[in-house]
Amino acid sequence: MPQPQAILREGELALTGNWRRDQVRPDPRTVLQALPRHASLLLKAGDLEGWDSTLLVFLERLRQEAAAREVALETGALPEGLRTLLEMGERGRAASHRQEDTPPQEAPFLAQWGFFALGLWHTLLEVLQFLGELLFALGRLATLRSAMRPQDLRRQLYACGPAALPIIALISFLMGLVLAFVGSIPLKWFQAQPYVASLVGIGMLRLMSPVMVGIVMAGRTAAAYAAELGTMKANEELDAFQTQGVPLMDFLVLPRFLAMSLMLPLLCLFADLVSILGGMLVAVMDLGLTPHAYWNTLVTTTRTNDLVVGVLTCAILGLLDALCGCYQGMHCGRNAAAVGRATTSAVVYSIVCIVIATSLITVITVVLKY
Amino acid sequence: MPLDDFPIEVSHLTMAYGSRVVMEDLSFQVRRGEVFLLIGPSGCGKSTLLRHLIGLLPPAKGTIRLLGREFWELPEEEQSAFLPRIGVLFQSGGLWSSMTLEENLALPLQLHTRLDPGEIREICRCKLELVGLAGFQDYYPAQLSGGMQKRAGLARAMVLDPEILFFDEPSAGLDPVSARNLDRLIQQLRDSLGTTIVMVTHDLDSIFSVGTQAIYLDPRTRSILGRGTPQELRSQPPAPEIRDFLAGGDPERLAQRP
Repeated sequence: MPQPQAILREGELALTGNWRRDQVRPDPRTVLQALPRHASLLLKAGDLEGWDSTLLVFLERLRQEAAAREVALETGALPEGLRTLLEMGERGRAASHRQEDTPPQEAPFLAQWGFFALGLWHTLLEVLQFLGELLFALGRLATLRSAMRPQDLRRQLYACGPAALPIIALISFLMGLVLAFVGSIPLKWFQAQPYVASLVGIGMLRLMSPVMVGIVMAGRTAAAYAAELGTMKANEELDAFQTQGVPLMDFLVLPRFLAMSLMLPLLCLFADLVSILGGMLVAVMDLGLTPHAYWNTLVTTTRTNDLVVGVLTCAILGLLDALCGCYQGMHCGRNAAAVGRATTSAVVYSIVCIVIATSLITVITVVLKY
Repeated sequence: MPLDDFPIEVSHLTMAYGSRVVMEDLSFQVRRGEVFLLIGPSGCGKSTLLRHLIGLLPPAKGTIRLLGREFWELPEEEQSAFLPRIGVLFQSGGLWSSMTLEENLALPLQLHTRLDPGEIREICRCKLELVGLAGFQDYYPAQLSGGMQKRAGLARAMVLDPEILFFDEPSAGLDPVSARNLDRLIQQLRDSLGTTIVMVTHDLDSIFSVGTQAIYLDPRTRSILGRGTPQELRSQPPAPEIRDFLAGGDPERLAQRP
C-alpha cells in the first residue's frame, strides 16, 4: 500500500496514498516550512486511496500551522465528505467558544483544607439530620402511625438473620477453636488446662463474639444496604418514593435498622454457642478434658454479666452497622462510581464505629466493675 | 481491505433465551453504505437481534457473517481483534461513568492502535468537535444532559473509524429537536464517511428521514413480516401490523405524513 504523502508544489498541496493510522504519516509542522508568509495553498486529494480520522487530525493541525504562518488554505478541491467533516469540526469549535463554564478546577492547597473542614461540618449536620429523622420514624412506629410495611421488615429480618447463620457459624467456630489453641499454650505451663473453658467463655461471650458478628455484618449487610439504597437512588427510585409521598425513613431505613438491631443479639448468642463448641473440640482432642468437665468449668467461671454485656454490645454494633449502611446509601451520588464509594464508606465507617464503641463499652464496664 | 458489497449477512438465524425462542429462521443482508433499520413493536426482539450482531449473544442456530467473516466461527482472540471494526452506540450512551469524555474516547484507541498519546488526544478532540461537544473533554458523563451523552456515545462509537455502526434507539429519551439534530448528524457522518449503519428505532421521523432499508420483526410469527425501504413499506404495507406501526397507531396520520 502506498504511504501517505503530502507533496508541496507551486501553491498546491497534494495529499496522496492510503492515509490510515497504521501507516507512517507526514508531520504537518514540516510540510509548511518551505512556504513564504502570506502565501495561499490549494489542498488537493485527487490521488487519495483511503483515509481515516488521522487525516482529519492532520488537516486540523495543518490549519493551525497555516494560521500561525498566515498562510491561506483553500479546501474547495477536497472530496465532499472530507469537506463536510471539516465544516462540522469548524462549527463544533465555533460553538465551543460560547461554552464558558469549564469544569471545576483543582483548588489551591489551603483552600482544599478549608473545603475539607466545611465538608466535615456539612457531613456532621447531615448525620444529625439523619438521626433526627430516624428518631421521628421510631416515634411514628411507637404510636402505630408508621408507613413501614410488615413484609419489608420480614424480608430484612430474614436477610440479616437466618441468611447470615452459615458465615457466623464458620467464623465463630474457628475463633473458639483458635482461642482455645493459643490459650492452651500458657495454660499448660501452669498445669491449668481446665481453665481453657473460662478463657473461651469469657473471651468470646464478652468481647470476641459481638465484635466478630459486628464486623461480619458490616461487610455482609451494611455494604448491601449502601449498595441497594445507592443504586435505588441512582435509578431515581428514591425520587419516585418521595413524589408518592412515601416517607423514605419509614419505608426503607426503619425495616433495615430494626432488623439489624433485633437480629444481632440473636446472632451473638448463636456465635457464643458455636464458639464454645469450637473450644470444646480443642479441650477434648488436645488437652484431654471430658466435655462434661469443660462445660462445668465454663458454667462456674463465666458470669451472667459477661453474656449480658456481650449481647448488649452486639445490639449496639448492629445499630451502628445499619446506620452507616443506610446513611451512605441514602446520601449516595447518582452513578456507578458513587455507589462503589458509598459501599466502601459504609464498611469502613461501620468498622471504625465498631472499634470505638467496643473500646468505650469495655472501659465503662471495667470502671463500673460490671 | 476487501470491499465486499454486503458487510452483514444473516442466514437462518434463530435467537433464543434458553428454551424460549425469540425469532426463528431470520435471513437478511445489509448493503454497504446503507442505513438499515430494525423496526417492530416493543419486545419483538429488535434489541436481541442487535446484541447478536455486535457479538454479545451467540446465535442458537444459523450464521452471522460480518465483513465477510463468520463471526461466531472465529476463535476467541480473533473475535476480539475483529470487534474494533464495528462501533456501537448503546441506548443510554453506555459511557463509562468513572472516566471523562476524553478518557472514554481514548480507551479504544489505546487498546487497539499504536498511536502516541498526542495523536490520541487530537483524534478525541476532533471527534468531540464533530458531534458538537468541543470543550467538554474534561467532563464526566454524569455532568452532561441526555442528548449530550448520546452524542458523546456516538463519538466514542466512531473513534476507531469502524466500517459498521450500530445504534440502539438513538433518539429515545431525547426532545424532538435534539432527536432531529442527532438524525442529521448520523446522516452527515454516513454521507461523508460511507459507513454502514444498522439502527434499532421506534422513532417514525427517524425511520422516514434517515432509513434506506428496513425489516419489520413480528413477535407473533417470530419472523420478518416485511422488508423494503420505509417508503415502500408505507405505501404498500405487506401486513396490517406494519401499516399501523408506520402510521404511529393512527391511520389518519398516515395520510398527513409527507
